[in-house]
Amino acid sequence: MSSRRSRSRQSSGSRITDDQIIDLVSKLQRLIPELRARRSDKVSASKVLQETCNYIRNLHREVDGLSDRLSQLLASADTDSDQAAIIRSLLME
Amino acid sequence: MNKYNPDRMNPSSLRSRFTTRFLRNLSKIHAQKPSSSSSPAEIFRRYRRIKVAADKSMAYSVRSRRTWSRAMLWKLRTRPCSTSIRKTRHEKQNKNRTTTATTGEDRVGFGVEADELRELVPGGEAMDLCNLLHETAHYIKCLTTQVQVMKKIADFYSP
Repeated sequence: MSSRRSRSRQSSGSRITDDQIIDLVSKLQRLIPELRARRSDKVSASKVLQETCNYIRNLHREVDGLSDRLSQLLASADTDSDQAAIIRSLLME
Repeated sequence: MNKYNPDRMNPSSLRSRFTTRFLRNLSKIHAQKPSSSSSPAEIFRRYRRIKVAADKSMAYSVRSRRTWSRAMLWKLRTRPCSTSIRKTRHEKQNKNRTTTATTGEDRVGFGVEADELRELVPGGEAMDLCNLLHETAHYIKCLTTQVQVMKKIADFYSP
């Protein structure tokens, strides 16, 4: 009776295969610096998700810190006139 | 240390779109400060506005091409409104969506980590596992761009 739900082949409407999930998880693994070096070792999917969460939290924290830094630096800055110089240095690296 | 990245020269790349938008927002924030005094409260307010500007600039640079950016834009637009209204609507959506979302991942067995990820990615509560992983990959790429650009700007203005 509940076997249809546990199989869940068609219940969600989209045909998500295990292979698709595995592909996506390995794609994520390549994005996370912690796990990128260990590509040859078998990293479990749940570990990848865990590290992904940690990585995103770190990035959020970095954005916070940088916003804080910028708020103090901008007190005496003139971003309008510096805009061209900044963009140039960023894009021409 | 620097790997070749053709996007860096591309004026329509995400990186340059974000940079131009963010710098524009920064000068707006800077222009609106009343005097040259920077009290702690003033600095905190500016910090909040810069943080929102960073997220806004990123979401607008991606526009509605991604579920997470759409969710973030929606969140940003409804921010000034009463938060209680937003929460009830959000909760109602949550109740309907979580049941469909979990059926797919029971058989893969990492429901807890996926739920944690759902909380971190904007709009994640409504995504099935496949979409969640897709969106997460893109979200991470955008976040790293955001951090890189902000770092560059901060370094530029550091003494």
